[in-house]
Order: sequence, then structure tokens, then C-alpha cells
Amino acid sequence: MTAAPTTTACPPGAADPGRRERPGAEDRRAARRSRRYRWDVRYSPYAFVAPFFLFFAAFGIFPLLWTGWASLHRMELTEPGRERWTGLHNYVRLLDDAFFWNALGNTAVIGVLSTVPQLLTALGLAHLLHHRLRAAVFWRVALLAPYATSTAAATLVFVLLYGRDYGMVNWALGLAGLAPVDWQNGTWAARVAVSSIVVWRWTGYNALIYLAAMQAVPDELYESAALDGASRLRQFRHVTVPALRPTILFTVVVSTIGATQLFGEPLLFGGAGGQKGGASHQFQTLGLYLYEQGWYDFHLGRAAAVAWAMFLILLVVAGAGGLVARRLRGDG
Amino acid sequence: MHRRRHSSAHARRTCRTAVALTAAAVLAAAVLTGCAGDGDDGRTTLSVGTFGVFGFRQAGLYAEYERLHPDVRITESVIERNDTYYPQFLTHLVTGGGLADIQAVEVGDIHDLARDLGGRLTDLSRAPGVRAGTWLPWKWAQATAPDGRTVGLGTDIGPIAVCYRKDLFRRAGLPTERGAVGRLWAGDWHKYLAVGRAYRDRAPAGTVFTDSAAGIYNAAIHGYPERYYDRAGRPLYTGGPAVRTAWDLAVRAARDGLTARLKQFEKPWDQAYANGRFATVACPPWMLGYIKEKAGDAGRGRWDVAAAPRPASWGGSFLTVPRAARHRAAAVALAAWLTAPEQQARLFERQASFPSTPASYAMPQLRGARNAYFGGAPVAEIFAEAARRAPTLVTGPREQLIGTAFTDVGIAQVEQQGRAPEAAWAAAQQEIENAVDE
Repeated sequence: MTAAPTTTACPPGAADPGRRERPGAEDRRAARRSRRYRWDVRYSPYAFVAPFFLFFAAFGIFPLLWTGWASLHRMELTEPGRERWTGLHNYVRLLDDAFFWNALGNTAVIGVLSTVPQLLTALGLAHLLHHRLRAAVFWRVALLAPYATSTAAATLVFVLLYGRDYGMVNWALGLAGLAPVDWQNGTWAARVAVSSIVVWRWTGYNALIYLAAMQAVPDELYESAALDGASRLRQFRHVTVPALRPTILFTVVVSTIGATQLFGEPLLFGGAGGQKGGASHQFQTLGLYLYEQGWYDFHLGRAAAVAWAMFLILLVVAGAGGLVARRLRGDG
Repeated sequence: MHRRRHSSAHARRTCRTAVALTAAAVLAAAVLTGCAGDGDDGRTTLSVGTFGVFGFRQAGLYAEYERLHPDVRITESVIERNDTYYPQFLTHLVTGGGLADIQAVEVGDIHDLARDLGGRLTDLSRAPGVRAGTWLPWKWAQATAPDGRTVGLGTDIGPIAVCYRKDLFRRAGLPTERGAVGRLWAGDWHKYLAVGRAYRDRAPAGTVFTDSAAGIYNAAIHGYPERYYDRAGRPLYTGGPAVRTAWDLAVRAARDGLTARLKQFEKPWDQAYANGRFATVACPPWMLGYIKEKAGDAGRGRWDVAAAPRPASWGGSFLTVPRAARHRAAAVALAAWLTAPEQQARLFERQASFPSTPASYAMPQLRGARNAYFGGAPVAEIFAEAARRAPTLVTGPREQLIGTAFTDVGIAQVEQQGRAPEAAWAAAQQEIENAVDE
């Protein structure tokens, strides 16, 4: 296929037999220039996007494939160069690995606990910000501030807040006459605590995305709804939300990917030995299990299998999301 | 055409500017690297990678070495926790990049490291000036691979004592003098728990007997020569006598409400030191410095040190020199110097790290050394006695993992989550099985 454009790209003069005996230097230069020009137009775009794809190949595709290769071997961090082919053993083992299923369940639970409140709150906040407020810029910047802090710093502060003996949350509960909660050791308490860190960090970010989408909704729609006597709430439900559908879908997909990869928050929330996600692994996510298997137990092959399992799960989730999106679009 | 010529002239100008800028940048870079470079002034820069606080810098050992060897400069990079440090070190060792010239290794990792990756480390037994007899025999043996290569030089060891709060003991009606306190529980950790129950019944408000069940477990199990493996290398972690005894003690302490349910080396543990929340803690020498730092001035004169129920050794480290180190010979010389008896004695004086070289014990820094913060306790004498009587530990594969499965999963489930001991034991066993399974 590449041959065809090249032949048609030949400058007309060069192919003309009548001018062959006097191929003027001027003509040749013009021909070259025009050829270069055409190549420029044709191939420059590829050159411009190439850096991304080169990096993607080096840091995306290659690790993916290499991890796949590793997952089919017995590979130990302590025994470099002594990999042994084991076929699907690492995957079969996962099927009946209670720690893996526990981590998968935790990932799903913490994912729901963090994504649902996060997106609902973000939608509400965006709705509030959409109307004229005093110091609108201040509120918008304030919303984005959590997103701008590092995961590590935020989580370490939350660990202090959620401390069992000297934490501020339990102190506040005490003021309200409630019993203190062991945020790290309680099964649900720990999951809620980890989710709250995610919610805190990402709500403002999603709110700003929603806000941007809301500002693109034509004012006429609101005006006519108001003329029909729709309240603010009804306007929100029947004008704003339908108009925001694609945006909401986008944030759901992005949050789901983030939830599947949840790692830093539970790791640091667990403190020393955080990779276990608590004494009963009550908040060990798939990311933490992968880390524990690879970098504490030194089973790189098994960790690679966990990574690939995560990847396949994400593909399934993305496929389901795509189906839902198609249905939504059909309805709309 | 005009536009074109113009733009090419513009381009040429831009280009010239760019060349000038680049030249300036290259020049600046050359000057900068010239300043920071290794060998610009003919000095060798040796890097030391450690975890936690080894105290070489704090004790002025680097400064002195640099004075003795004007051609050497030493830099140190520290990662706070070994469980973060060690996997990174392993990765670097396996790939041969990013290594420091000297790398510290904790005793729980040294067995597997010497056995599996010993070939990537320098055999220090052949190093000039190094004699095996300088170290306690078992310390030397721990870093020696099956093929006879010794890949680590011993730094400190961790003979165990018990640190206790005199003021709290007095208010609970217990003796406060360190000899009498030691006799309360001499010979058996069960007696220590009995003292704990006596304390609990008359405890000053807001205090408990000890910090954590895991602390008791570690102090007790390290008093047995065969802990997780027997001398023939057969596993004992599924229920050998040492594991069983230490487990039962820890579980008993937790269930009797003798512990503050804290995880060691976490923020709340530090806060509990500052708030005077517990009355005793199993104390290897390195713990003294930790207590002093965390309990601060409020704890001055309140803490004291007594002998532990049974002599034991918990923790300790080694210095290794990777074969891929940039300045191997110089690094070996530095490692040998840092672990020599004179320097270990000075480290004890500054950091309370206990020497693994018996010749240090007679040196002025240790002889009759008393710790003012701990009520003038003769700490060197107490620890030297414990070290002399401590058993020679048999080490085996994956010890670090096995130990944390008991402390961070099994015992934590009983102590922190209130699970039944049988279920927690099963969970710990399942944890170990999953970790060691290949």
C-alpha cells in the first residue's frame, strides 16, 4: 500500500521522458522540494504523535507483555535468572487463593464505598457552584485543593485523625457521647476510613468536571423549565442530569479504574506492614496483594498473575460500562 | 519568497541564540558537575545505605574516617523501615544498579541473602584486617553462606532486658529497685505475666502493664536456639516448642488485658511513650535510645532497666559490600573499620547499639557504663550478661515473613480484633503457607 502513494507522489516533470535529456537543476530542486512537501504533509503528523507511542510502547506495552510472560513462570526476586515455565499454574492457584478473593472483594467494596458518595457529592457541589455565589473562584480553588495534595501526605494526616487512642475523630465521637471506633481493626470501619480518604481527595476534582459540563448546558433550557414552573430541584433532575450523561459516564469509568488500582491510601493507612491491609486483611486491595506477593514474599511470577487478573477484570468492567453506555444513549 | 527569506534569517538568529544558550548550559553543567563530581578533587565518594538509625554519622564515625583518610568522602542514604529498604536493596542487587558501596542487612534477612544471592556480595572473610575471631562466633556464622563465604560483617546485637517505669511500679505497689524487679520474674516469662496481673489489679489510672503482645512474643521466642527451624533445617513454625510457648504467652497477655494493644514502631506507640501509657517494654539496647527520644524530658529519671526473665537476642544487623559496588576495595576497608571493636564501643556510647565484638566489652565506653536517663542503670553490664547467656540462634529461610505472620496477623487478630486464639493461629499458619509456598 505504501508503494502507491510514492509513485503518484512523483513530480510530473521527473517522469516525463521528453525532458529527460535536459534535466535542469532547477527542475530537480523543485521536484525534491515538492516531494519533501508532500512527505511533510503525509508523515509529519505521525512524527508528532510518535513520541507518545514510543513511550507508550516502552512503559505501557512492553511491561504489559513482559508481565504476561512473567506470570507464566515461577519467578522469584531472590533467584534471578532461574525462571521456570509453569504454564497457567499461577492463575490456577489464584482461583483457589482465599487471599486473592478477599482482596478482590475488598477492592469492590471499597470501590463502591468511595465512588458512589464521591460522584453524588460532586454532582451536588457542582450544582451549588453553578449558581452565582460570592467568591466563586475561591470555592472552585478550594474544591481542587485536596486533589493537589499528595496521596501520601493526605493519608498520613488521615491516619492521625483516625487514631484509636489519640485520634481526633474518636475525640469528636466522645464529645458527641459515642463510643470510640477502632478505625484500623474494625472490618467495616477500616473500609469506610480508607474510602473516606479517596472521597476527600477526588470529590472536588469530579465536581469541577461536572461544573464545566453544566456550564455548557444552554441557558434557554433552564429558562423554559423555569417558565413551566419547574423548581430548582426539578431543573436539576430533568435538565442538568440528562445533559450531563456523557460526563457522568466518563467520571464513572475513570473512578472505576482508579478504584480497581487503589493502592497508596490503604498501604499507608495500614502503617508498618500496611501491605497486608490489616491483621485480617480487612482492607487489603488487589494492588496491595500484588505488592505483598511481589515485594514482601518475593514471588514475582505470582504477583504478575495478579496484575494480569486485575487487567482482565478491568477489561470486563470496561465492557460492561460500554454496554450500559450504549443503552443510555439509546434511551436518551 | 520574501517571507521565506525573512523567516530563514529569523531561524538563523534563533539558531544562533540557541547555540549560545546551549553553550552556556553545557558550561554551567560542566562547572556544576565539576564541583559535585567524584574524583575532581581526587577524593573517592563512598555511599552507605542503611535502614532505621545505625548511628554511624551521629557517633561521628564518618567524620573521623574522613579525617583518617583524606581521600575518602562518605555519604549515607537512610530508609526508615527495613521492610521498605530490603525489597529495594534486593532489586538493586539483582539488577546490579543503584547500589550503595556498603549496604546494611537485618539479621532476619541475612540467612536467605547469603544463601540465595551470596554470589553477588563480596566475601568479607578474605578482606584485609578481618578476622573471624573478632566477632561472637554465632554472629559470624549467621552471615556465612553454605559455601563458606562470609558476606556480612556484624554490627550490633540485641540482647534483651526489660525497661520499666519506676514511678508507675511504685504506685502499683511493686518494687522499684532494678535488682528486685529482675528477681520478680527471673527465669520465666510466665512470672512476668504474673507481675503484670498484679500490676493490672492496682494499676494507676490510664496505664497498662506493657505495650504490645507482639513485644512479649519476640522477647520470648528469641530466647530459644531453635525457633522456626531446628538444627537440621526442618521447619518448626507449624508448632515447635518455642513458637508455641511464645504464642501462648503473648495470647495470654492480650487476653488478660496486660497490653496497650499497640503496634510497635507506629505513631500511636510513640504517642503512648510520650503519654506514659505503659509500665514495661521488652528492651533490646537500641530501644533505650528510642525511649529516650519518644518519652523525652517527661520520662527522665522515671525509666529504669532490669534483666529480662530469660536471656535472648532480638535483632541486630550486618554490613555487606555488593560486588557491583563502585569502589569495592575502599568500601570493604570502611565496612571493616566501622564494625571493628573500637568503633562498635563508640557506637554503644552514643547510640546504645550493643557490640557484636567481645573485645568491645572491656573498653572504657562499656566498662561500668551507666545510663543517666534510665536512673543511672549499669546498662552495659546488664546487656553484656544477657548477651553472654543468650542462645545461639538457628536461622532459616523466610524468617522475617514467618515472624510477621505471627506478630502482625495471628497475635494482632487476638489482641486488636478480639478473635479466638485458635482461629488466629490458623490464620497465621495460612499466612505462612501462602508466603512460603512456591
